[in-house]
Amino acid sequence: MATLRKNRHLTGWLLASPLALVLGLFLVLPIAMIVIVSFWGATEFSIYPAFQFDNYEFLFGSPVTYSVFLNTFKYAAITWAFTLVIGFTVAYFLAFHVRSLTWQIALFLLCTIPFWTSNIIRMISWIPFLGRNGIANSTLISWGVIDEPLDWLLFSDFSVILAFVHLYTLFMVVPIFNTMMRIDRSLIEAAYDAGATGFQTLTNVIIPLCKPGIMIGSIFVVTLVMGDFITVRFMSGSQSANVGRLISNDIGLLQYPSAAATAVVLLVTVLIVIAILLRFVDIRKEL
Amino acid sequence: MTDKTAAGLSRRSLLKGAAAGVAASAFPAPMIWAQNIKDITLRQFGTGVSNLNEVAQKVKEDLGFTLEMTALDSDAVTQRAATQPKSFDIADIEYWICKKVWPTGNLQAMDTSKIANYDKIVGIFRDGKLTPDSTIAQGTAPHTVGFTSGPGGTDFVAEESGWMTLIPTIYNADTLGIRPDLIGRPIESWTELLNPEFKGKASILDISSIGIMDAAMVCEAMGEVQYGDKGNMTREEIDKTMAIFTEAKKAGQFRAFWKTFDESVNLMASGEVVIQSMWSPAITAVKSRGIPCVYQPLKEGYRSWGGGIGLSANLSGLALDAAYEYINWYLSGWVGGFLMRQGYYSAVPETSKNFMTENEWGYWFEGKPATDTITNPQGQAMAQAGETRDGGSFQDRMGAVACWNAVMDENQYMVRKWNEFIAA
Repeated sequence: MATLRKNRHLTGWLLASPLALVLGLFLVLPIAMIVIVSFWGATEFSIYPAFQFDNYEFLFGSPVTYSVFLNTFKYAAITWAFTLVIGFTVAYFLAFHVRSLTWQIALFLLCTIPFWTSNIIRMISWIPFLGRNGIANSTLISWGVIDEPLDWLLFSDFSVILAFVHLYTLFMVVPIFNTMMRIDRSLIEAAYDAGATGFQTLTNVIIPLCKPGIMIGSIFVVTLVMGDFITVRFMSGSQSANVGRLISNDIGLLQYPSAAATAVVLLVTVLIVIAILLRFVDIRKEL
Repeated sequence: MTDKTAAGLSRRSLLKGAAAGVAASAFPAPMIWAQNIKDITLRQFGTGVSNLNEVAQKVKEDLGFTLEMTALDSDAVTQRAATQPKSFDIADIEYWICKKVWPTGNLQAMDTSKIANYDKIVGIFRDGKLTPDSTIAQGTAPHTVGFTSGPGGTDFVAEESGWMTLIPTIYNADTLGIRPDLIGRPIESWTELLNPEFKGKASILDISSIGIMDAAMVCEAMGEVQYGDKGNMTREEIDKTMAIFTEAKKAGQFRAFWKTFDESVNLMASGEVVIQSMWSPAITAVKSRGIPCVYQPLKEGYRSWGGGIGLSANLSGLALDAAYEYINWYLSGWVGGFLMRQGYYSAVPETSKNFMTENEWGYWFEGKPATDTITNPQGQAMAQAGETRDGGSFQDRMGAVACWNAVMDENQYMVRKWNEFIAA
């Protein structure tokens, strides 16, 4: 009996260990490393182990940090709002308006086609389109809508958010579509039978039942936007900054400890945002 | 018992190894050199300008060994040279990067007595003077970081000590690039970069150590800031410079900032930008698309840069011999001619002359009108007969250097201020 129990313990440990090992090596260890390095010191060309708060002191003491974090939140919030509205609409259309499963799958695959090319290519292809002499401006001029090319189309917050929305809407569509497909159609019929209008059905039945999908999509979009640096760099013509760019600048200048400190603060911020999001929906329960 | 055996074995193999080592160093056997050199692979990395596949091919043909090249941007080059000394054999870096990297001891000093053309190297890299009566420009002038006290030295010495940190390979004088067709009037001064006339159509490069120099050239030309040394600014000078540029940025002067070569080409070629900091081959790239673009000489002078190759401290034995062989080959003319036909200068121009036509030498080096179409090494036309080079001859251009690319004592402060400028 005792040996059996021992064996069961052993089996349990053995079964858990591969995952624990993978997570430990590839998640916990790197993050621990980043936290440790964030307390180190740096000279111009080297870093040295230490335990000092200089990096954090400088980070929290600089007005740039606050404006950059604010900018990052701004991008995240606006992108989130747009991807949510567009993503929800697309998912709703796919789930409730397209009746045949074949078409649903076909149209869903259509949505993913842009993802067959690289992220960066999809983003950069906006540049010639939006430029001063780009397709958008020349079309508008030839239509007589504008006389002068619009400069704010490219290298502005507009182009940054446009690229974000373009890149990340699918991450909203997929989970919302998934939850919508699981909604029992008889619930909607019941709502109609009870005399609810289409809008009432949407707000009282469909949206509450889609919450987990919306939440998962939101987590994707918010974390992707907050962690991005390359989109902001290219689409703003290097003129705007977000936290990712602060980190990449520091790395470029060999200031690893300072980059690590910024990364830690960003990580904590994103975790707080996700914790707040999770307060609204218990994903575990809903799934 | 087993432990004892193990210890005995390892001691014995250690002795064997040591004996072999002594034997090898006592008889360096030059006759096997020719065969072995074919097996040698030297790993070179550096900025895109001189990391050219043509050079690697020619090395294989002329010298027999393999040269592997990796091109990176200047931040990444600095990073790699400073932190990953084992990842390269030859570092192709700029002199200001050398100032940062040399003190780490990752590079080894080079014995100038092994450099055949040492005496023919241009004065800029030796005593700092192009001609005996020229003044030395501000910034990290190459000769100030070109020599060290001896083998193993991690310091810099002022005189020609016989131990070089980098062997100069390539250098040029940089200025602003303009689109003459979209500007339509002569441009003569650095101040034009911040001229409100070009609001939303100007750009500057987002590599702090070089961008700050261009910014300083502009502020000094405007008369807004007087610098003791633009290559080594005080905190106050940095603050003033960045304040002027931040104000301009907020007023919408800049269309974008660029960090890579192709970004600068696209900005200029698409007409997004009509005046910007630019590098010479970028001008060529714009021109080769049939778009007019001028590397405009300005009255305040040029911002200049120079690069050289340094040897990794890990190089020794046959690989080190091969590296010296490579350096001597580099200075012997073929590469120089190849680079000069792209608009750069070679450290030993006179050897390059043999590898260029009279027309090419006249156009690129002497500033004479071309007598026939000038093509680059890839065969693209760069200039038609009758045209002269922007800025004129070697003496005119390199003699009008106002400042060398530099790394400042207040570098960290400057970088922070630069980041604030980008985020503003």
